[in-house]
Amino acid sequence: MRKLRHWGPGLLLLSPSLILLAVFVYGLIAWTTKVSVSDEHNALGSKGFAGLENYTKLFTNDINDRFTHSLKNLLVFTVVFLVGAMFFGLLWAFILERGVKAEGFFRTVYLFPMAVSFVASGVVWRWLMNPNKGDSAGGLNSVLGGLGLDFLQNTWWTNPDWGMAAMAIPAIWQLSGYVMALFLAGFRGIPQELREAAAMDGASTYRLYRNVIFPQLTPVALSALIILGHMSMKMFDLIMSVSGPQWLTEVPAIYVWQTLLTSDYAKAAAISIILLLLVAVVIVPYLIYTNRQEKNA
Amino acid sequence: MRFTRRAAVAAVGVAALLTATACGSSDDSSGGGSGSSKVEVFTWWADGGEKAGLDGLVKQFGTDCAGQTFENGAVAGGAGANAKSVLASRLQQSDPPDTFQAHAGAELQDYINAGQIEDLSADYDSWGLKQAFPQGLIDNLTVEGKIYSVPANIHRANVVWTNKKVLASAGITKDPTDLAGFIADLDKVKAKGIAAPLAIGKDWTQLMLFESVLITDLGPDKFTGLWTGATDWNDPLVTKAINDFKTLLTYTNSDRDALDWTDAEKLVMDGKAAYQLMGDWEAADLDAKKFTDYAWFTFPGNGDTFQWLADSFVLPKGAKNPEGTKCWLKTVGSDAGQKAFNTTKGSIPARTDAKPADYPKYQQAAIADWKSFKQVPSCAHGSACSQGWQGAANSALGKFSTNSDVAELQKAMATAASEFVKK
Amino acid sequence: MTTTSVEAPPPPSVETLTPVRKPKRGGGPGAIVKYALALVFLIIVLMPLYVLIVTSFKAGSDIGVASQWSLPETWTLASWEKAWNALQPAFFRTFQLAVPVAIISSLIGAANGFVLSRWRFPGADVVFTLILFGMFIPYQAVMIPLREIVTTLGIPPGITTLVLVHCIYGIPICTLIFRNYYATTVPEELIEAARVDGAGLLRTFGRIILPISIPGFVVTIIWQFTSAWNDYLFAIFLSNTRNGPITIALNALAGAQSPDYAASMAGALITSLPTLVVYVLLGRWFIGGLMAGSVKS
Repeated sequence: MRKLRHWGPGLLLLSPSLILLAVFVYGLIAWTTKVSVSDEHNALGSKGFAGLENYTKLFTNDINDRFTHSLKNLLVFTVVFLVGAMFFGLLWAFILERGVKAEGFFRTVYLFPMAVSFVASGVVWRWLMNPNKGDSAGGLNSVLGGLGLDFLQNTWWTNPDWGMAAMAIPAIWQLSGYVMALFLAGFRGIPQELREAAAMDGASTYRLYRNVIFPQLTPVALSALIILGHMSMKMFDLIMSVSGPQWLTEVPAIYVWQTLLTSDYAKAAAISIILLLLVAVVIVPYLIYTNRQEKNA
Repeated sequence: MRFTRRAAVAAVGVAALLTATACGSSDDSSGGGSGSSKVEVFTWWADGGEKAGLDGLVKQFGTDCAGQTFENGAVAGGAGANAKSVLASRLQQSDPPDTFQAHAGAELQDYINAGQIEDLSADYDSWGLKQAFPQGLIDNLTVEGKIYSVPANIHRANVVWTNKKVLASAGITKDPTDLAGFIADLDKVKAKGIAAPLAIGKDWTQLMLFESVLITDLGPDKFTGLWTGATDWNDPLVTKAINDFKTLLTYTNSDRDALDWTDAEKLVMDGKAAYQLMGDWEAADLDAKKFTDYAWFTFPGNGDTFQWLADSFVLPKGAKNPEGTKCWLKTVGSDAGQKAFNTTKGSIPARTDAKPADYPKYQQAAIADWKSFKQVPSCAHGSACSQGWQGAANSALGKFSTNSDVAELQKAMATAASEFVKK
Repeated sequence: MTTTSVEAPPPPSVETLTPVRKPKRGGGPGAIVKYALALVFLIIVLMPLYVLIVTSFKAGSDIGVASQWSLPETWTLASWEKAWNALQPAFFRTFQLAVPVAIISSLIGAANGFVLSRWRFPGADVVFTLILFGMFIPYQAVMIPLREIVTTLGIPPGITTLVLVHCIYGIPICTLIFRNYYATTVPEELIEAARVDGAGLLRTFGRIILPISIPGFVVTIIWQFTSAWNDYLFAIFLSNTRNGPITIALNALAGAQSPDYAASMAGALITSLPTLVVYVLLGRWFIGGLMAGSVKS
């Protein structure tokens, strides 16, 4: 009883949040799941039970395999975005960690795109990624032309195979700075004694980073990957403002929106739940893992 | 500690600043005038000729409906694609505008099915609109004996717009009358160094071109049947049409998926292309942009077919100012309103009693054609197919633009038809 | 998330961000490469901003693919005026959205974070993990029923609804940031001492914890302000051009047919200005705080 009086008030203080999240996260997910197994395909909203039909249809009987195409787009986008943002983030953090004058200035500039919304940056990226080449080139293509790198000119997001890789460029631009900030904090969090000890052992700079510093950054890298990864899966506003909703650059999040416009709630819900599952497959193990790590500590 | 204090000052400062800004601007913004005399008119007419037409209508509304004020709810872009997505949100949010623009025909059906718009049959009688509009249009507007919208105009979709200077320099003097002739002309322009003589934009503009080719290859009746279920999409003639469409795409700009129709129009204006298939709102838009070197012809092979669409206005359920809206609708349907609107918008009046002499050159021709030509609906503009079908078709065309797979497009369109055609 | 483990980085503060070693002076090929890279990336990151600014001051014929990268022939504010007129109501509305969201969710987060780190109850870790999951869900998975609830309850679309929604879905991230912050900066002994003195939960929180929470608040306020300001997904579902925030208004301005590029770009700058100001002014604290707030193990 004394124990309860001990922690009871804490739970009480927390309870409004818990109730809200129980309703608005878990409750609504359950509701969406229910819609996804119904036959609510128009605004009239018949509410019969359709089982898993909406799901199987997405994979087997969607016109032009539209859904699997959107998944493929998402995969290309995610891979390029993650690799790109991690690479530049780490590189920038590394440059700054090696010691650069006016570091604060560089840091601020590298980080600033993060403050900009995708809707706003989409306005300029749509223009920069103008697909025209040669004489009528604009945007990035004209820069490449001007630098004599004509062979690098390309059609950006309008390319049917690798368009989604180009679509990841604005996302990389926007979030590399964030990854840099994470890594920079990680670098700075490494105790000076570790570096000194390694120096005493006569380790080369390469060895120092390879064997001492980078291993310390693994947790940072993991959390950066998780954060970027779940952002990528939800990607919506960037694509909406660069290409608009269309076949070429459709990802599940946009497909949901397009489907809702025609009031096909059941199908939209099914896509949403698949999207949720995709995220959960990555996030849930991560959350369990970190929870366990913490207990061990 | 130094850090903490500085952070504290900054945080408090920022918070205070932001709160002050927020409070300073706390005029009513989320409510909107309930019970007011404002009529919010939701359209996608934000630029060029369309805007000019709307302005004309607004002026007439001011005269006819004293005490009511017009509130512009226009959302620009994509021949209504953006607006329709905003509108869908607002209807689903139960926050409808007082009236909105909807294409007569199948698209309107979606709103009727969803119970989102009011029956206007009684007003039709009291405003005398049943006599004013042609019977064919009335039939298209009538759903189970009720009429839900007031058409403001008739547009024509299957028109090719040309740059006269480019054609002259390529030595083209006659309009082509069939696809072979059109392709020969495209080759001539191409030989003059214009790599992409036929300008086009993204999905829905490609759907428009595809529909025109379908009309040519199937003829008007079988074409209409595609949307009613009477014609099978697996018909070999459809295969032929897709192949013809594929050929035409080879004459178009490769950046098409990045362009809206006005971007494609600019290619024609700049002489970087010779032709563009587009609805006749292009006439007004070119006029508004002071471009005079243009001419037009019916899409080759369409013969005497008039592919129509009609912009109409409705009274949504839950409109805040139904009285004002009805006055707006009355103006839209009136002779004066239709004249004020259509003379600048590039469309023709839906009323049969309009005088052609009041209209510019292109529209005089269109008014005559509307009376005598065979009428077919358009899917890209909602008179032939529902929004779900339209979305599926746009998506299929979007894919075709990337891979030109004839069989795949045909299969996709056939599947879409089996899914969406009314049984 | 491990905040108690031995190897965990020290509490974030500006001090940990300043380089431990003085940058090496003088030349050497390494330094040249380092600065060259830093500068190249600086230019690349600033490139889109350059286009935005330059284009926004251009007039009519000056705007085009060919002159995309050149300075305006004549500088004009016309497009800024047009963009401001189009965005102004939404601009102020967005303050009404982002400010309350930042403050309310920070307060909720502080209370929750305190309970979950220093006033724990049995099962607190599991509860925390359940809360955290809410941060990663794709919001599409709750959007369909959410909109239905809002419409059924007759809550008008617009800012009020968005404030509620952002506050609810902001609970996980704010809780996380504060939990990690308190775990690293508030010693257990402090709480124990207060308890021995007979201080209850609220008194301990109000008298002891809140006064030292400012750095945590800086982070959550920046974070929530930015995400509410930049949000597009909730906005497009729960508000519209008439009553929605600035991202909706900007999208309407920039998505127009024959888009007025100069006005769109001016609009994008106007849209980004408040968040940019916040970042540039508070960025250095933010980077430090990020580390405390990021999901790390």
